[in-house]
Formats: sequence, C-alpha cells, structure tokens
Amino acid sequence: MSTGLRVFSFAAPPRFYALTGKLVPVFWVLAIALAVTGLYIGFFIAPTDAVQGDSYRIIFIHVPAAWMSMLLYLVMAFWAAIGWAFKARMASMLARAIAPTGAMFTFLTLWTGALWGKPTWGTWWVWDARLTSELILLFLYLGYIALVEAIDDPRRSDQAGALMAVVGAVNIPIIYFSVQWWNTLHQGASISLTAAPKMASTMLTAMLIMTLACWAYAFAVVLTRARAIALERERHTGWVHALRKGAA
Amino acid sequence: MMWSSASAFFDMGGYGLFVWGSYGVSLLLMLGEPLLAARRRRLALRDAGQAELWDDDAADTADTAAASAPRR
Repeated sequence: MSTGLRVFSFAAPPRFYALTGKLVPVFWVLAIALAVTGLYIGFFIAPTDAVQGDSYRIIFIHVPAAWMSMLLYLVMAFWAAIGWAFKARMASMLARAIAPTGAMFTFLTLWTGALWGKPTWGTWWVWDARLTSELILLFLYLGYIALVEAIDDPRRSDQAGALMAVVGAVNIPIIYFSVQWWNTLHQGASISLTAAPKMASTMLTAMLIMTLACWAYAFAVVLTRARAIALERERHTGWVHALRKGAA
Repeated sequence: MMWSSASAFFDMGGYGLFVWGSYGVSLLLMLGEPLLAARRRRLALRDAGQAELWDDDAADTADTAAASAPRR
C-alpha cells in the first residue's frame, strides 16, 4: 500500500467539503425564493377547483414530496452502489446523507396524502397498491438508516447499506406502475379534472415551482448532512485538523 | 385577489384543517431537518477539535504522511 494511493483517496472529502460550503447557501436562497413563488401562485393565483374545492391545494406539497421521495431513493441507491463498487468514500457518505431527507419526504407524502384523502375519498388510508408501496418506501429508508447506524465499521456498514439500498430500489418501479392499477379506482382525485386550460396551467406552474423548491431544499440539507458525516468520519485526518485550526 | 377576507383564506372553503394540517407539518419538518443537519455539522467540527487534542500523536503521524506524499 503506497502512501500516494492513500493520499489520493483522502483527496475527495476535503474538496467536496470546500465546494459544498459555497453551494449550500445558494441552494437555500433558491429553495426559499422558489417556495415563496410557488406558494403564492398556488394559494393566490390558482383558482378553486370545481370538484374538490380548496382541498386540492394540498397538491402543491403532496406531489413534489412524492416525487422527491422516489427520486431521492434512486439517487441514494446510485451513490451507495458507486461507493461500494469503486470504494469511493464520499459517494457512500452522500448515500447516507440522503436517507433522512428521503424518509422525511416519504413521511410528508403519506401525511399530506392522508389529509387529502379524508375530504376527497372519505378515508385517511386505503391499503391499495399506491399507498402501501409508498409506506414500504418509508420502511426501506428507516431500515437503511437503522442498518448503517447499527454497524460500527464504516466500510462494512457502507457495503451492507448499499446492498439493501440497491435491492430495495425494486420498490420504486412498483410505486410507479401502481399508478396504472390505481387509476381506475381513484380517477376522481386526478388533477386532469381541472376544467379550463388556464386553471390547469396555473396549478401546474405552482406544482412545478414547488418541485424545484423541494429539489433546492434537498440539495441544501443533504449536502449539509454530507459535510457533517465527512467531518465525523475523517476527524483523525489532516484536512479536518487544518479546517479546525482555520476555524479556531 | 381570490380571497374575500383573511378568514376566508384560513378557512380554505371548509378544508382549512386539511390544507393547513398538510402545510403546517411540512413547514415544521422542513425547518427542523435543516436545523438538525446544521447542528450535526457544527458538533462534528467541534468534536474534531477534541479528537485532535486526544489523538495528537495519531494526528502528527497523519500530517507527516500527508506532508511527505507530494514529494514521492
């Protein structure tokens, strides 16, 4: 084992740490600006729905959260697999940093879905394919977090987590395809119900801007957590000590 | 403006509990999570400083290894 190789493997986290330190504030500004814009359009410009009344306004957080819950899982599994296959430590740390945010969005999806389901379908919860597979997604996130936290050795922990994340990724297409099985049952809740094209466009605009806000939020919070994990894992290394001396 | 008054806005056409219940919890979680993540990073940086005090020898070794590397 040459010293050169070891130094090379140490190089990524300090660079990641320095770069993300500049990016995180940018993502916060974007997240807040987009959320304010999206909510303004969603609550003050988008009209009341002809069928659902104002309960439909839950869509502006529910759908972005649902998209994020699925996307973040795929991104988490991707980085976990990269970290496993190439022994790229920062990739594994990034996968870990994504899990709590993914779990948060999954919970929000279920929570806002329940609050939307009650007035729309008359029930908080149904054991149909869509809702059940989303609940399984929450358990996958929580299971991943529990697994990686339970194993002390970082490398073994990353490997076990990667295996679980990759295997669990099969649930994502299940959630996706469940929409088709689910459509006939829940047609009444579809957003395509909106009457005039103008209404649909402001609703859609608000929803897409809120999705971008959630993206910016996810970037900001995941990168912040990844920086924390990098500091925790590499606290015995020269770059963290240099950073510490610089901060003191 | 589509809302006749502030109370009409908060009532959300009778769906206030559901709409604000959704956004209230979302706001709570999306404020809490970043605060926890920022706190975790702060503590990690502080603990790194303590680790440095305790493992001064180990740190010196690591520093020496890192410093000697570019010359090879």
